[in-house]
Amino acid sequence: MFGKLSLDAIPYQQPIIMGAAAFMGLVAVSVIAALTYFRKWKWLWTEWLTSVDHKKIGVMYIILALVMLLRGFSDAIMMRTQLAIASAGSAGYLPPEHYDQIFTAHGVIMIFFMAMPFMIGLLNLVVPLQIGARDVAFPFLNSLSFWLTAAGFALINLSLVVGEFARTGWLAYPPLSELQYSPGVGVDYYIWSLQVSGVGTTLAGVNFIATILRNRAPGMTLMKMPIFTWTALCSNIMIVAAFPILTVALALLALDRYLGMHFFTNALGGNQMMYVNLIWAWGHPEVYILVLPAFGIFSEIISTFSGKRLFGYATMVYATMAIALGAFITWLHHFFTMGSGADVNAFFGITTMIIAIPTGVKVFNWLFTMYRGRVRFSTPTLWTLGFMVTFVIGGMTGVLMAVPPADFVLHNSLFLVAHFHNVLIGGVVFGYLAGLSYWFPKIFGFKLNEKLGKWAFWCWLIGFYIAFVPLYMLGLMGVTRRVNHFDNPVWHAYFVAAAIGAFVILCGILFEVAQLIVSIKQRESNRDLTGDPWGGRTLEWSVSSPPPFYNFAVIPEVQTRDAFWEMKKIGPPRASRYRPIHMPRNTATGVIIGAFSFALGFGLIWHIWWMALVGLLGIVISLITHSFNQHREYFVPAVDIARIERLRSPALIQQV
Amino acid sequence: MRPQTLDIEVPSNARAITRNVELAEAEEHAEAGQTTPLGFWIYLMSDCILFSALFATYAVLRNAVAGGPTGAQLFHLPYVLIETLCLLVSSITYGMVMLALKVQKRRAVLGWLMITAVLGACFITMEVREFAHMIGEGAGPDRSAFLSSFFTLVGTHGLHVTAGLIWMLVMMIQVARTGLTSTNASRLLCLSLFWHFLDIVWIGVFSVVYLMRVIV
Amino acid sequence: MNDAQIHSSGASEGSLPTYLLGFALALILTAAAFWMVMSGGVSRSAALAGVSALAVVQIAVHLICFLHMNRSSDARWNRMAFLFAVIIIGILVAGSLWIMNHLHQNMMPMLMD
Repeated sequence: MFGKLSLDAIPYQQPIIMGAAAFMGLVAVSVIAALTYFRKWKWLWTEWLTSVDHKKIGVMYIILALVMLLRGFSDAIMMRTQLAIASAGSAGYLPPEHYDQIFTAHGVIMIFFMAMPFMIGLLNLVVPLQIGARDVAFPFLNSLSFWLTAAGFALINLSLVVGEFARTGWLAYPPLSELQYSPGVGVDYYIWSLQVSGVGTTLAGVNFIATILRNRAPGMTLMKMPIFTWTALCSNIMIVAAFPILTVALALLALDRYLGMHFFTNALGGNQMMYVNLIWAWGHPEVYILVLPAFGIFSEIISTFSGKRLFGYATMVYATMAIALGAFITWLHHFFTMGSGADVNAFFGITTMIIAIPTGVKVFNWLFTMYRGRVRFSTPTLWTLGFMVTFVIGGMTGVLMAVPPADFVLHNSLFLVAHFHNVLIGGVVFGYLAGLSYWFPKIFGFKLNEKLGKWAFWCWLIGFYIAFVPLYMLGLMGVTRRVNHFDNPVWHAYFVAAAIGAFVILCGILFEVAQLIVSIKQRESNRDLTGDPWGGRTLEWSVSSPPPFYNFAVIPEVQTRDAFWEMKKIGPPRASRYRPIHMPRNTATGVIIGAFSFALGFGLIWHIWWMALVGLLGIVISLITHSFNQHREYFVPAVDIARIERLRSPALIQQV
Repeated sequence: MRPQTLDIEVPSNARAITRNVELAEAEEHAEAGQTTPLGFWIYLMSDCILFSALFATYAVLRNAVAGGPTGAQLFHLPYVLIETLCLLVSSITYGMVMLALKVQKRRAVLGWLMITAVLGACFITMEVREFAHMIGEGAGPDRSAFLSSFFTLVGTHGLHVTAGLIWMLVMMIQVARTGLTSTNASRLLCLSLFWHFLDIVWIGVFSVVYLMRVIV
Repeated sequence: MNDAQIHSSGASEGSLPTYLLGFALALILTAAAFWMVMSGGVSRSAALAGVSALAVVQIAVHLICFLHMNRSSDARWNRMAFLFAVIIIGILVAGSLWIMNHLHQNMMPMLMD
């Protein structure tokens, strides 16, 4: 009746897990209690959960990402602490079975449930506003994408309490991930949480490409788009091209595990390397998918806070395209050591080095943008400067490992671990945190506390170096990744230093939590009344903070790049008549399909076949039912628009 | 039922943005009509890449028969030829759906949809029989890596065709109920893209999987 | 409320002659491919090359006659998306085969191969 599921699935004997579960439960109960006490359930349902508004969906994505940042970071602190203790001969407090789940969960959470949702959330918040559109091309699909991601989020969080997680590393290579060596539910949790959220991501990719190609304001040709929108376009093209490969790799692994097939098994002809090949054919583009929007964010920030237009816009665009295409021809550098030989290794080594060139072009363009500008050192600027130094170093260590003979020494060492954290933290995390502080006022109507923001930044920056420079050194000394204890006393000091660095980063995170709380409390004194708190250059700054739900009362006509900057110079456009605006209605279908997807995943994981079937049928029937719904849109009368616009702050830069 | 537009007084030093309301509305509809097929096409491209990953896997594992049955032993080409013709003819009959749609003939649309669905169902039935037969002979997907990749590649195509048939059924109901509205037209267009694309994938399948296996 | 005129990208007007032409060509190309293999009269490498070529041509026929892919500006994004997908497919399939082939040569083949 319940497949493999029984009360034994809850790990009562493991105090750390039970503690974490209790904490999660406490948070969940508090949220539910608060919602009930303040009678906000209906508000939550109608204003947020069933919303198809890109701004709301963006906020929900980012909330999900920030929650998972906390969980993924807890994994990191646990690992660093364990190694600090266990690098001088002691066994530490995390036995290998637990440690293996932690490093697996850390990677999966950070990439799939922190970075990707954070990115898609920022795209959601900003792209439609930047292109002068009212929403994305397919608002219902947007909601659906979010809820599929949420279903994956629910599955992976449940794995902490009910059952176990994979112990295979974040990419779950067979044969370890095959049924023979991972008979438990851990790898199944891995597979299904990623498959469900992966569908959501692919659909979001389709949505944003269509939006950017078709929903731009009149006059905004491609080469007049904001640079962030360009990076969004290229990144989403990469998503649509790369995620099907991940889907296939995970599906084939699932077929091996569930139906006894032999794609990657040791026996009957399976080829484990084909999984490695496919997963990295996805995996390499994935990291560029994450970093390109970060590059876009930095471009926007540096030009705004230097008071200058971006240097070399056209080359930035071409560099972005080159990176997007080039990312698809480098993937073998993740497995140089697996025996493909000198010819193959040389080819991919060269392509890996070549792809550093367009990134270098970008760095120079950012520097030239700042040159002779009047640079304001706000929190977003600090993140950007921190990124420029940190990411360049990380990129250089990557180019070092692109040399196959060097990689033969450094593959799977802590040097590798330091490299990818260098570029992921320095590039992706810094970028998204910068974007968050930059666009926060637009979405919520008030600025974040600058002082706490700066404290957070410095903790992150300094903490990063203290945590990871020792790892570079350990890697060069030959220390391997994914091991929970070491016996060499020489290494102990380095591990302790790395742990200290992790705690400094923890302070950074705590400062950010404090920043959020304090900013909310102080919001009245930090209100953004003009819609343009930073002296922005692009269209999102032309509407109020927060924007009206329809974004633009009148769709702007664009003449140049940096459209808003030009509009500010020329003066506000003459009023046009307000016309009724066509808006999509809210819908519960996304939530419902998300719930059925969760049931499908949970049923598959625990072999509760009737539940999986109910989930699948529920998804199909919900989709079909939704397609019969004829009342999906409504008109906002011009009178209402006029009223809303009148209520907007009179200090708005652009009155329409 | 459209509410009135409203003029607003605002300072005069500004550029003019004027539009005719009806023109803008029509443009908006035409725009929306273009976006959905483009979005669907992009999804279809991602599906192409999904199939190509399956093809790549098949190509890599094509000889991994683990001492078991090979393609040459298992495949019956005349049978596959009939399946292929079913699918090819169904592509034409769907073309007839689109032509009937263009001239707004609802009955013809429904009729051609029905014929297409029947042909598609024939294809699926034949494929299921083939699979059942192979599994019965001990040549199931768990026998070898070659067979795993055969069943998965061909089976994924079959699942897509089945999804298309369900979609066709839903379209028949919707067209019968509400007629050839622009929403239904847009959906029929997307389904046509889907259906033709599946026939294209099948060209790859019968060439690479069936024909080449028998040659080699 | 609105006419059902489909002005949609990627499907500029199809017509009966185009569909029938496509059908005829596809039939011929399919028959030729099957005949090449089933008759047994063609050499192995010729059959391989022939089947591949016929498949490529037939895919083109489908694209042009049924999916109405042409040079019009309406279909511009569809064309570009398709070209990009073809490039990625080429990289993925060729790259995978190249890599896996080299791995196979260099590493000891499994007994069951």
